[in-house]
Amino acid sequence: MDLQTPLYDCYEKHGGKIVPFAGFLLPIQFKDGIIKEHLTVRERCGLFDVSHMSEMFVEGADALKNLQYILPNDFSTMVDGQVKYSTMLNENGGAIDDLVVYRFSDTKYMIVGNGSNRQKDHDWIKAHITGDCRFTNRSDEYAQLAVQGPACETVLYALMREKRLPAKYYSFIETEVAGFPCIVSQTGYTGELGYELYAAPDNAAALWEALVGAGAAPCGLGARDTLRLEASMCLYGHELNDDITPLEANLHFSVKLDKEDFIGKAALIRRQDSPMTLAGFKITGKGIVREHCEMFLDNRKIGVSTSGTHAPYFGYPVAMGYIEKEVYEVGRKVLFRVRGREVEGEIVKTPFYKRKR
Amino acid sequence: MTTPTNYSYTKTHEWIQFLDEETATSGITDFAQKALSDIVFINMPSEGDEVTCGESFADIESVKAVADINSPVSGTILETNETVEEDPSVINEDPYGSWIVKIGHIRAKDDLMNAEEYDRFCEEEEQ
Repeated sequence: MDLQTPLYDCYEKHGGKIVPFAGFLLPIQFKDGIIKEHLTVRERCGLFDVSHMSEMFVEGADALKNLQYILPNDFSTMVDGQVKYSTMLNENGGAIDDLVVYRFSDTKYMIVGNGSNRQKDHDWIKAHITGDCRFTNRSDEYAQLAVQGPACETVLYALMREKRLPAKYYSFIETEVAGFPCIVSQTGYTGELGYELYAAPDNAAALWEALVGAGAAPCGLGARDTLRLEASMCLYGHELNDDITPLEANLHFSVKLDKEDFIGKAALIRRQDSPMTLAGFKITGKGIVREHCEMFLDNRKIGVSTSGTHAPYFGYPVAMGYIEKEVYEVGRKVLFRVRGREVEGEIVKTPFYKRKR
Repeated sequence: MTTPTNYSYTKTHEWIQFLDEETATSGITDFAQKALSDIVFINMPSEGDEVTCGESFADIESVKAVADINSPVSGTILETNETVEEDPSVINEDPYGSWIVKIGHIRAKDDLMNAEEYDRFCEEEEQ
């Protein structure tokens, strides 16, 4: 049985095409289609319902101690109002999920995880919480809206009495948008300047309509995927899963091997010399390389793709995938097997897309 | 969009327009282009390829999905539409005006529907 987010009734009004995703019924696109929505986010401002993401709270005197043990990033240096990305690892160093942590105070943190991993995250964290620490899953108390693209500040300011937004990337404030209390963070999954708003479910539909009225164009999961792919951001279930380590996924920045013990640390140290690494490919042959396409060099299998499609900003297809480290070299040509045919790709630097600041 | 009455249709959402007894052009329907949306690539067959009724002769790729294009008839590929190959998004704009292949030496036909039957078929599929 698929769930509906508080914004479900808004989709139809804007021509949303609805599909099941991560246990929710969500719009894959609105009336203009994925390519136009994608370019709108690159050029102006798009609006996404990401209420399927989960909001979990870790509170109490031992909150930090618990985060330090359960997650591989270092949260001891965080300040109030800061956001930090991390994976969450099993004992083998594989990723249970990737998530972001919001610090409200030294005794209150919010963890935002992927909707598809809601239950798994909850069960894992709950099972590992110790000491003076309370863990609560409050996903049903929040709707989440992502406002993304170069015009997003103009759109948000039009709806704010106090025209103030979190100034730094990966920081947040508590404020009001369209008169509704919101947590607003400068975060996103598109490679553009953008903000994510957490609001009460009862206010979500009115907030959505206000944002649309102020110039944000409704965008679906399709554009969300093409945008994150161009920005080379990992998608759980594609670039990350229970068997892949964050080191293989080039997420070294989010793993602090020099901090004290955390779940998965021993395994990560053991797996540091993994033969595989995540890489980006420009598709130079004819065709689209999607996930699960085997990759060859001189008739030898050297990897497999994890994501790929037409990149609307570039006008050609790109892909991501795991490749043997020893053959990884920017500029090298490889062949993907796509539906019985061979399609050429070239290893390129990632991210494919980086916004101009 | 009105379904042209001078075309015939398959259950896998291809259309075919007979130019004479043995020759026809074929493409995908409005229903198919809407389901795919944002078409970005077609892996075309080659001229001279034999095609078989109900079997795939090309891949069509949109941003979000890939699908087979099945042949409504058995015959030989005479020509592929270069305009469509260069910019497949024309299919999104004009599915019935954008033929993908021209097929000749047609010897067998699939169980084809007329426009009215096909519209009814699509209504049922949508439910």
